[in-house]
Amino acid sequence: MSRLGPDFLPRAIATIALYPEPRSAMLPILHLVQEQNGFLTEEGMAHVAELLGLSQAEVYGTATFYDMFFTHPVGNYLVSVCTNIACLLNGGYELLEHAEQSLGVKAGGTTPDGQFTVEEVECIGLCGNAPCLTVNWRFFGDVTNEGFDSLVGDLTAGRLAETVPPHGTLCRVRRTVGLEAAAAVESTSVPELESGERS
Amino acid sequence: MATTVAPIVTAHIGTPDSHTLRGYLASGGYEALRKAVTTMTREEVQTEVDTANLLGRGGAGFPAGRKWSMLRKADPTYLVVNGDESEPATFKDHMLLEEDPHQIIEGTIITAYAIGAAQAFIYVRGEFALGIERMTQALNEAYGHGAAGNRIFGSDFSLDVVIHPGAGAYICGDETALLESLEGKRGFPRIKPPYFPAVMGLYGAPTIVNNVETMSNIPWIVVNGGAAFAALGEPQATGTRLFAVSGHVKKPGNYEVELAKNTFRDLIYDPRFGAGIRNGAELKAFIPGGASSFWFGPDRLDMALDETKVKGEGGSMMGSGSIIAMDSSTCMVRAAWRLVRFFSRESCGQCTPCREGSSWLDKIMYRIEAGDGRPDDLDLLMDVCDNISPGVQWPSRWPPNMTTICPLGPSIPPPIVSALGMFRDEFLTHIKDGACPYG
Amino acid sequence: MADAPETSTDTVSITVDGKVIAAQPGEMIIAAAERNGVYIPRFCYHPRMRPVGMCRMCLVQVKGPRGFALSPACYVAVAEGQEVVTDSPEVKKAQDGVLEFLLVNHPLDCPVCDKGGECPLQDQTLTFGPGETRFVEEKRHWAKPINLSDLVLLDRERCIQCDRCTRFADEVAGDPLIEFVGRGASIEVNTFPDLPFSSYFSGNTVQICPVGALTATPYRFKARPWDLEQVESTCTSCAVGCRVAVQSSGAKLTRYLGVDADPVNHGWLCDRGRFDFEAVNSDERVTAPLVRKGDELIEASWGEALAAAAKGLADVTKLHGKGSVAVIGGARLPNEDAFAWAKLAKVVLGTDHVDCQLGDGLPAAAVLGLPRATIDDACRAPVVILLGPDLKEELPVLYLRLRAAAVDGKTKIVELTPHSTGLTRYAAASLGYRPGEVALLARALVEGGGGEDADVAGVSAAAIAAARELISAGNAVVVLGRPSLAEYGSSVAEAAGVLARLPGARFLPALRRANVHGALDMGLAPGVLPGRVALADGRDWFGREWGALPAEPGLDTLGILTTAADGRLQALILLGADPANDFPDRQLARRAIAGAGFVVAVDTFLTDSSRHADVVLPAATYAERAGTTTNLEGRVSRLGQKVTPPGVAWPDWMIASELAVRLGGDLGFDSLESIWAEIERLAPSHAGLTTATLSARASRDGVVTPLPAAPTEATADTDDEAAGADATGEAPVNRPALLSFAAPERAGDVPALDSYSLRLVTGHKLYDSATSVRRSPSLAGLVAKGKLRVNPYDLDRLGLTTGGRIRLQAPRATMVLEVVADAGVPRGSASLPFNLPSEPAADLIDGSLAVNDVRIETT
Repeated sequence: MSRLGPDFLPRAIATIALYPEPRSAMLPILHLVQEQNGFLTEEGMAHVAELLGLSQAEVYGTATFYDMFFTHPVGNYLVSVCTNIACLLNGGYELLEHAEQSLGVKAGGTTPDGQFTVEEVECIGLCGNAPCLTVNWRFFGDVTNEGFDSLVGDLTAGRLAETVPPHGTLCRVRRTVGLEAAAAVESTSVPELESGERS
Repeated sequence: MATTVAPIVTAHIGTPDSHTLRGYLASGGYEALRKAVTTMTREEVQTEVDTANLLGRGGAGFPAGRKWSMLRKADPTYLVVNGDESEPATFKDHMLLEEDPHQIIEGTIITAYAIGAAQAFIYVRGEFALGIERMTQALNEAYGHGAAGNRIFGSDFSLDVVIHPGAGAYICGDETALLESLEGKRGFPRIKPPYFPAVMGLYGAPTIVNNVETMSNIPWIVVNGGAAFAALGEPQATGTRLFAVSGHVKKPGNYEVELAKNTFRDLIYDPRFGAGIRNGAELKAFIPGGASSFWFGPDRLDMALDETKVKGEGGSMMGSGSIIAMDSSTCMVRAAWRLVRFFSRESCGQCTPCREGSSWLDKIMYRIEAGDGRPDDLDLLMDVCDNISPGVQWPSRWPPNMTTICPLGPSIPPPIVSALGMFRDEFLTHIKDGACPYG
Repeated sequence: MADAPETSTDTVSITVDGKVIAAQPGEMIIAAAERNGVYIPRFCYHPRMRPVGMCRMCLVQVKGPRGFALSPACYVAVAEGQEVVTDSPEVKKAQDGVLEFLLVNHPLDCPVCDKGGECPLQDQTLTFGPGETRFVEEKRHWAKPINLSDLVLLDRERCIQCDRCTRFADEVAGDPLIEFVGRGASIEVNTFPDLPFSSYFSGNTVQICPVGALTATPYRFKARPWDLEQVESTCTSCAVGCRVAVQSSGAKLTRYLGVDADPVNHGWLCDRGRFDFEAVNSDERVTAPLVRKGDELIEASWGEALAAAAKGLADVTKLHGKGSVAVIGGARLPNEDAFAWAKLAKVVLGTDHVDCQLGDGLPAAAVLGLPRATIDDACRAPVVILLGPDLKEELPVLYLRLRAAAVDGKTKIVELTPHSTGLTRYAAASLGYRPGEVALLARALVEGGGGEDADVAGVSAAAIAAARELISAGNAVVVLGRPSLAEYGSSVAEAAGVLARLPGARFLPALRRANVHGALDMGLAPGVLPGRVALADGRDWFGREWGALPAEPGLDTLGILTTAADGRLQALILLGADPANDFPDRQLARRAIAGAGFVVAVDTFLTDSSRHADVVLPAATYAERAGTTTNLEGRVSRLGQKVTPPGVAWPDWMIASELAVRLGGDLGFDSLESIWAEIERLAPSHAGLTTATLSARASRDGVVTPLPAAPTEATADTDDEAAGADATGEAPVNRPALLSFAAPERAGDVPALDSYSLRLVTGHKLYDSATSVRRSPSLAGLVAKGKLRVNPYDLDRLGLTTGGRIRLQAPRATMVLEVVADAGVPRGSASLPFNLPSEPAADLIDGSLAVNDVRIETT
C-alpha cells in the first residue's frame, strides 16, 4: 500500500493537528510514509500533498531537500557510515571501504537480496566513538572491521530486532497527548486543581 | 590548570535512568519550572536569565536574555528550540537529547513562560532517532506530570510542546532555515532583513529560537539564580559550557567546563578531559569551534575558552563548542578537503557563490589530494575563497565577510585557508610528488 | 507578487556612486539605480516578483554601521541618506566572482542555444567576464532537455537556479507545479514525476528565464534572435488586451513576448495568447475570395466576389426590405473596422439587426451603460464582486491580476457563481447559486431581508449574511460577465442592475472576445450607435453626417437566428463569426444559416458557419494589419503590423468600404486614420482621443475611454453660447449623452427543478474548439476531454461513482461521457465545458429556455 494506510493515516492526521499550519507536518508525515513504504513512493507523496493541501511538486521539492528521505527503494537495513572529520581521523573511510567489500556493494547501492543499502554520510554526531555508523538510524560506535562483520551477522540473524527497527521507522514512541493548552483556551470553565499535581 | 566546578547541564548524565521522569525527579527535576510558574513573574524569570548573561550555546553566542527582550510584541509568539545539531564533530546536544530530555523540556517550558510563547517546538535532528524517541517519551511524561499542557502545576500558564523531527540537512541548524523547515519547506535560510526571528519568525510571528544546551541551562539558573551563574567564568563569558572533544585525543567526549577559566590545553590534555594526544603523538593543529572555524596551531593551546578572545585575538571562534585535535600523522590537505566536501554536500543551493564555489573547491582540493594538483591551484583556491568570503586571509580575522545569504558561505574557506596558511608545504608536496605523502 | 511601488510625492535621497538620486520610498536599490541610469547586473531579480537575493549577481556596497558591506541591491530597500557604491574594485570582484561561479557548470553551447544573442548570462560574460575559464574539472551533467510540459522544455545543464520560473509558477500563476528538487550543487528545477507543468501561464517562465534553460516548443530552433524583427502590439486572444511584442522571422510570425504594461498585464501572457499566433501562420487560411457555385465554393477575384455579395444583399433588400439583412459578429475586428462595418450596416444596408455578441455576452446597454472600472480599480477596491465566467479560463491575465490582489490582501473577492472557478480558492466568499436565480441572490445581497434560515437561490442565509458583511464597505467593483451560457443573460443583467445600487459600485465587464468591447463602442449591437450612444439618442447627431438610420432597435443574435431559422430574415453577414460553433444554441444557429437565403462570410478560415456561405471574403487578421483595439476596461491601444496577409486577404474596413461602393454608398474612408478621425469626431465616448494622442509615447499602455474631459452629459456641439442657430440656420445638434443602463424588469421565476434532473452549467475552457486553438499545432493537443462535474451528494443520490461513464440526456441531445464528483458544483447542478471538441455542452442548450435541465443515467 502506498498511500498512508489505517495504521498510519490516523497518526498523520493527529500530527497535522499539532501545528498551527498544516504544512508544518510535512517532515513528520513524510517520515510516516517512509516508515510504511520503506521509501517515499509517488502515491505516498501525493497523499501527503492531499493531506496538507499542497501540490505534489511542493511535497516532492521539499522531500528531496532532505537526505533521510529516499524516493527510490532501499534495503531493509540502511547502513550509514560516517566519514566526516572525526571519523576520517579515526578510520571512517577504511570502515566504509570494509563495509563496501564485506557487503559487496558500493556506497549508494543495495545488495542484490535487498537486505543492505550502504551509504556514506556526513557527521552523525557520535564523534566520541569514531568511527561510527547507524543502521536504520540506530547508532553504533567504535566500529572495527570485525565489529562490523558481527553487526551484519546479528542483523541478518534478527538478533538486533529490539534495537534496530525496520528501515524508515523514526520514532517508536507515540505522542499520547494532543494540544491541551489550545483546547483549554476554547473552554473557559477549567476547574481549579486543588494541588499543583494531577492525579 | 583546569578549574573544577559542579556541572550544570551534565549534572544528571550518568545517573540511573537520567532520561526518565523518575530519574529526573530523583535529582530535583521540574522544581525550577514549578518555582517559575507558581512563584515568579515572567519578568522575574527574564531578569534572572539576563543577570546570568547566558550566551546562546548554538554557535552565534548571542545573550539569551537580550534575545528574549527583542521579541516583538504581538500575538501569537513562538518558542523554537534548535536541536538540529549537525556541525561536524559536535555531539553534545546529541547527548543531552538522549540522556537528559526532561531538562531540555523543563528549560523550554520555563523559557516559553518567560517570553509568553503560545506554543513551543523542539526541532530535533532527524538522524537522532533515539533522541527523538526519548524526547517524545519524556514529553508524554511531562504532560502526565502536569509539567506541560493545560495549567502547568496549577498555575495560569498553559503550554503545548511539540517534538519536531528533522530529516537530514545540516543547513537547518541555521535558525531561519530551521524555521522554514519547521514550516514544512525546503531548508533555505531566509534572507535578511528581517534580521531576527524575534521580529518575524515562525509563520511570520515573533519567535525566539534557542539552542538545546541553552535551554538545558535555564532550570539551573532559575533554581540557583542568575548571579550564581554569572559568578562562574568571567563577566563576558559566564557559566559553564559543554565542549565536544574529538579527533586524536585519548579520551574523546563531551566535557562541561567553566568558561574563561579554562583553556584549549585543558580540554585536550587534562586527564579528566581529552587526556592528551594518543599514541604519544604530537598535536599538529586543532579546530577550535567546529568545521566553520579557522584552525589553531599548538601555539594557541593556552588561549582561554572565551569567545571574545578566540574571535579577537585568535581570529576564529568557539562556535559550536567542538574541538578537533589532529596529530602529526594527519594529512592536512585531506582533512581540509573533507570539511570542504561537507559544505559542498550541505550547501542548500540558494546562493551562487556557495552552491558553485563549494563544489568547485571540493573538486580542486580532491584533485590536489589525489595527486593531480597544479602549481596554479593554490592561488586559485585562495581567489575562489576570496570570491565567497571577500578579504579572507591568513592569519585569519573574525568575522569573515560574506557574499551569501547565510554563514554557510563564509564557512567554506576556513579549512582551506587554515590548511594553506599553516601547511602550505604539504600542498606543494602533493603537487610536486603527484601523490599524497601520507598515503 | 511584487507590485511597482506606489507612486508617492515623497522621495528618498540616496547616493549612488557619489551621485545623489531620488528614489521612491520602499523600493529596492536595484530599481532606484536603474531608473537613474545605473544598471546593476542581475539574474534572479524580476521587478514583478518578490526579490529573493539568491543569484548574488547584484552585490553592491552599501554603507552600514560598520562601513561599506556587500549587499544584494535587489533586496536592500532605499533609505534616506543611504550610500551605495556600484563601481568599486570590491564590487567588480564580487560580481565577476559570481559570474565565474555561474559559468562553472554552464555549458558553452551558445551557438546552438535558442537564447544565444539575447541571453543575459552571455551578455554579462561578454561585457564583464574573464577571457578564459579557470575551471578545469568536468561540468555537471544532466540528461538534455526534458519536457516540463507539452509547451516547455528544460535543459537543466543551462539552468542557473535563479528561482524565476519556480517563483513565477507559485507566486504569480498560483500553479506550484515546478519546484527546486534536490539540494546544493545538484539542485534542479523539475516537476513531480510524470505530472507535467500544465499551467495556462507556463510560457512566461520561458520568457523570464535569464538563460536558455527553458525553451518553448513553438519557438525552439525556429530562429536566432538577431534574425527577428519585432513590433509592439496588443494581444487579441481575449479582451484583457495584454501588450505584446510580435516577432517575425521572414514572412512568418515566430514568437510573442509579453510587454510590461503597468495597468494591464505586468508583462505576463497566458499560453493561448502567447502561442496561438500559429493559427495566423496556418496553411488553412482563406487566402482568396470564394463564391458559391452549386455545392462548391470557388475562388474568385475580389471584383467578382464583392459584386456577388452586393448583388445578393441588394436583391434581398429590394425584395424583403431593409430589415431583412442582419450582421452577426465583429468582435474580431479592430475598432476602425468595426466602425466601418457599423456604418455599412446601419447606413448603407439600413439594418439595426447587428450584434457582435453571439448570445454569450450581455445586453449592450449593460456593458456600455454602467459606471466602468479599470483593472487597477478592481485590484485596489475594498471588495470585488465576481459575477461572471471562470476568469482563469476566459480572461487569464485578469485572473492573475485579481488573484495577486487577493493574495496580497489588497482586495477581497466575493464570488457569485454556479460552479467553482479558478478564483474560488482565493475568494473571501464564494456563493454557489442555482442556475437562473442569480438575480434573486443579488437582491438578497443588496437588500438583505429574507428569513433567517431561508436559502436564496440555493445559498444559505448565513453565507449571504457573511458576504453582505464583506461588501458593506462599499465601493465594490463588480466583474460582470456570463457565469454560465446555459442560463439567460438577462438574469445576469438584472442582477447587475441590482448590484449597481450598491454605493460606489463600478463595473468591469468580463466578456471574452478580443475586441467585443471595442465593437460595442463602435455600435455593432442592436439599438446603439458608435460612442456608447443609444440609437434614439444619437439619431440626430449621427444623422447630420450619415443620413437616415434604422427606425427601430434591431434584433440581437438570438433574435436574428430565431428569425432567420423561421425564414423571416433573408440575408446574413457573418463578420468573423462562427455561430454554428460558438452560439450557445448550436442547433438554432445551424438552422438559421441554412434558413437564410443568402449568407456572406468575412473570415480568416472556413468554419462550420462560413463553409455554408454564398460568398466568403478573406480577411487580414491581427499582426497582418494596423489599427486599434479596446479591452474590457475601455482601454484603446494600438495594434502593430508585422507580416503581410496571406494571398489577397484584405483588412475588414477595406472590405466594408468596397462593398458599400457596390451597394451604392460611400463610407468615405480611405485609410485607418480617416476612420479614426470620424470616430473621434462623432463617437461621444471617444471625443478628444486623437490619432496623435494614441501615438504618443505616454499612450504606450493604451488610453482608457472616455477621456476624463469627454462629455458625459448632452452638450452643445459648439461653444458659441449666443448662437441660437448655426450658419445654416438649422437648430444646433447636441452631442448625445452616453448610455446609462436601466435595470430590466424583474424576470419571472425559473421553473422548479424536478428531483430527477440536474440544472446545466457551462462555460468556456481556455483550450477549446476555437479556430485559433485548433489551428495552432502547439495548443491543439492541449484540449481536454469533456467531463461532467456533479456534486458528490447528487452523485451519491443518483447511485453513480466518480470516474464512471454515464448517459447525459437533454431534450436536444444525448451523450455518453465521464462523470466526476466535484464539491465545487452546487447540489442540483451539473457542469460541463461549453465547446470542447468532444462532448460539448453547446449541443445540449436550448436558447429559448431560461435554464436547461439534464438527466443522468448509468450506461
